[in-house]
Amino acid sequence: MSDLRTELKKSIIEQLNLEELSIEEIDNDDSLFGDGLGLDSIDALELIVLLEKDYGIKLTDPYQGKEIFISINKMAEYIETHRTK
Amino acid sequence: MGRSIFINGFSGISAQTEEALFNNEPLVYTSNIFHAVPANYKEIVPAMALRRMSKAIKMGITAAKNALLEANVNLPDAIITATGEGCKHDTEKFLETVLEQKEELLAPTSFIQSTHNTVGGQIALNLNCTGYNLTYTQEDISLESAFIDAMLLLEEDLDVNAVLVGSVDEVSPKITSFSYLNNFLKKEEIQNLELFDQNSAGTITSEGAFFFVLSAEKKINSDVEIVAISTFKEKDAINISREIHKFLVTNNCLVEDLDIVLLGKNGDRNQDVIYEILEKGLFLNSNVLVYKHLVGDFNTVTGFAIWLACKIFKNNYIPNVLKLNTVSSQNPKLALLYNLSQDNTTHSLILVQKV
Repeated sequence: MSDLRTELKKSIIEQLNLEELSIEEIDNDDSLFGDGLGLDSIDALELIVLLEKDYGIKLTDPYQGKEIFISINKMAEYIETHRTK
Repeated sequence: MGRSIFINGFSGISAQTEEALFNNEPLVYTSNIFHAVPANYKEIVPAMALRRMSKAIKMGITAAKNALLEANVNLPDAIITATGEGCKHDTEKFLETVLEQKEELLAPTSFIQSTHNTVGGQIALNLNCTGYNLTYTQEDISLESAFIDAMLLLEEDLDVNAVLVGSVDEVSPKITSFSYLNNFLKKEEIQNLELFDQNSAGTITSEGAFFFVLSAEKKINSDVEIVAISTFKEKDAINISREIHKFLVTNNCLVEDLDIVLLGKNGDRNQDVIYEILEKGLFLNSNVLVYKHLVGDFNTVTGFAIWLACKIFKNNYIPNVLKLNTVSSQNPKLALLYNLSQDNTTHSLILVQKV
């Protein structure tokens, strides 16, 4: 379970160019948007692409992202139940 | 042009630093494609915004903001940007993703930032500037076109006080290397300072961003006046000399009045013949300077030439590495910048004088 969370952190750092952050600095319950990592709407689009590319999850409704991209834990939970690859 | 147009602030990022150049210790490169010396981008752009910016955007915003800082202008009335090839790095990244992902699942950032007007837009976003914003992309006369627009704007609209005008072009791994294939770059790798000793086809290239704050108002920090800028198309060498002469006369001066002539000679033997006709003819008794052995040739390289002229005026010193002949000039005040396009057909003339 923790492997998926570590993998997600690694992908997010790489995909969103958060090179100044290390995996250890991101807590599993940290908010990804707003006061947490401070991601924005373009990052949300990048995360939608990441979900489909890496886990075969296609979000048909972009608003779903609001519930999924809350934290690493929430993302991992969603991936675990919906992944197709 | 009726109103005088002044440069009240300027800044450049290139493969050379002011310190290296004016200490006569120019930076040396051994590849025909080389990079700009990075500035401290973190001082200018917030880290969260910086993370997704390509080098073109970082260089552009940093040079633009430093120029504004020097001019003591917080918000310009207009932003006019020039680029020959736009944000190549993001274009390349986007196209590679298209191939890798078989035209599906394309990440948005590189696509959004792959357009030519990205830098002008990002500068406006950074400054929260909602004024006139335009990007010119006319190959080797992109920057000249941007300057002409800025000068017309200052000429026609008396409410416009400060116009930020500048250029950006970046090197990218694949697209820039294609220039080996179309003979723009020399086949053999050379050391940049030996550019004019080669007698071979092709040149060298690098990248840079150069921004200038223009105003019709002369201020205490006005260093340079842009007297005139013109472009023309001509193939015949005799007619080129005539056009240059005509340009000077139109602006009330003669070749003898020029303290320095900055030539865009680029070490390509097919192009240098045209420059050599001018060196041995029209500019025989002029203090002729060259600069492309320092930063290579690229579409908006005249930004470096203008930056260089401004620095020469400001420092009242001509670095030896620029000199092509032994004619000297004390206290240079009037400079002509002449550049020839890569296809040998379009010429640009920029006349600047020390304030």
